Amino acid sequence: MTDTARILVFIDNLAGALHKVQHELLTLARSLGEPVAAVGGVPDEALLAELGSHGVATVYRPAADLEDSLVAPKAAFLANAVRAAAPSAVLLENGFGGKEIAARLGIKLSSGVITDAVAVAPDLSVTKSVFAGAYTVVAKVTTGTPVITVKPNTIEAAAAGTGGVPQVVEVDPGDPGPAARIIERSPKPATGRPELSEARVVVAGGRGVDGDFGPIEELADALGGAVGASRAATDAGWIEHSAQVGQTGTTVSPQLYISAGISGAIQQKAGMQTAQVIVAVNKDPDSPVFEIADFGIVGDLFKVLPQAAEEIRKRKG
Amino acid sequence: MDDAATLNIVVLVKYVPDTQFDRQLDSGTYTTDRSESILSELDEYAVEAALQLIEARGGAKAGNKVIALTMGPAPAVNAVKKALQLGATEGVHLVDDALAGSDAAGTSLALAAAIRRLGPVDLVIAGMSSTDGETSLVPAQLAERLGLPQVTFAASLQVEDSTVTARRDGERQAETVQAQLPALVSVTDQINEPRYPNFKGIIAAKKKKITELALADLGLEPAQVGAAGAWTAVLSAEPRPARSQGIIITDEGDAGIKLVDFLASRKLL
Repeated sequence: MTDTARILVFIDNLAGALHKVQHELLTLARSLGEPVAAVGGVPDEALLAELGSHGVATVYRPAADLEDSLVAPKAAFLANAVRAAAPSAVLLENGFGGKEIAARLGIKLSSGVITDAVAVAPDLSVTKSVFAGAYTVVAKVTTGTPVITVKPNTIEAAAAGTGGVPQVVEVDPGDPGPAARIIERSPKPATGRPELSEARVVVAGGRGVDGDFGPIEELADALGGAVGASRAATDAGWIEHSAQVGQTGTTVSPQLYISAGISGAIQQKAGMQTAQVIVAVNKDPDSPVFEIADFGIVGDLFKVLPQAAEEIRKRKG
Repeated sequence: MDDAATLNIVVLVKYVPDTQFDRQLDSGTYTTDRSESILSELDEYAVEAALQLIEARGGAKAGNKVIALTMGPAPAVNAVKKALQLGATEGVHLVDDALAGSDAAGTSLALAAAIRRLGPVDLVIAGMSSTDGETSLVPAQLAERLGLPQVTFAASLQVEDSTVTARRDGERQAETVQAQLPALVSVTDQINEPRYPNFKGIIAAKKKKITELALADLGLEPAQVGAAGAWTAVLSAEPRPARSQGIIITDEGDAGIKLVDFLASRKLL
């Protein structure tokens, strides 16, 4: 690969500030070649300035507004942006939306798609985990322009700090075909906490919290982390379903995962065993979660968690 | 839709390794070892969603269909049989040696061809992901190949006239999403409580038709699918080193402080 290889990053919003994951994608793109970006509408000045600070010299946008619908119009536009930019790879976020756009883009371009990347090498081979972290696989796209969705928290984001304002290039938005539309949105009340899938720290509670997520939330807030839950806790209705970590919920790979009152059945471990450091608090010394914990406490979470939260607040002053 | 009053639904079902046990990749081919396999738990919600939709319209007697479609080697037919026991009206098993090693692109190509062969379909319903590959690519790629709108991760589902409406529960917002039929829908584990097969259902399933299809029936060439037709390749696969057990302490009144000491020692504060 030469230095001039372009890496196209799809940025799924129109206004600054960029999300943490988008900073990570742009940093990765810069490590692989010359970063360029595609945005699904008219970018505001703040967004352009931020993209410029990552060394993005060219931003592709649709010549007409995209419909307010789900993935199909974004995939149609992005396919045309790829045709215009002729990049050596396309990077997207690894959330549901990013994966679905990547999936459709792959068919439109007859290009292979690899999801859940934790690293992308200069030869564009991709490292990922499968079976919920049980295996590490290196895979490569063998046909077309590699389309890769990258997991959060796998790259240390850094701005280049050298760029100017990028040039904006309009491309044909393309024909999305029949698409699903969003007819109603109800934003969730802001918790002030980071999103579960992107959080650096996750504190999760299970059956052992017995309906009271207070100590989980208190420790999460002391650490600036997100709140997660086992399926037992969400099924019991103690916390909303979107907090669920595991095979049927959100998969997380934070730097720190604190599990409290969760036994650690395989499906729960599945969602978190790629965390860098795992801490477990459980009353039962035989809980399977202790087998994978870097630091385990056999004890009562209602005593241990508030004490830890208090100590953290004290040390942080 | 051929008739506004009845529904033709295809449900995608997959035979996957049981997540209760350790799962293996075969060395050499890096394909999934399926020796301890079951109907993917997440597909049971898709089957249930389809059954509820047709039951609200008079069921199979009124001409509604739920066709359980799977692709895979001979034992994969067990996923179809389970769906038939639950109440699916017929089954289709796409089986061909050349399909082994298919990636999402090849899988979606073969499934799209099979669905086209079934005639007019109103809805294709899938689970939220497989519990083995976990890439979630196949439903979106299938929708793209069939030219269908996709409504994914539905936590509720309604079909009225020729419109499907679903609620999705995201981290930032809840959304109501709508598409015209025909459409592809994937459903989460929040949508319903899947039924268990009863004795009557198990007996009735033995009489239901399961059609076996090979690549030649679909007009596809072996080179388009399987490892030969894949657009991605696995170069290496290593079992992740088992996480070793770390320090385990029993709370003696100061475990919260010790926890913070540990976090500080790992520079996590």
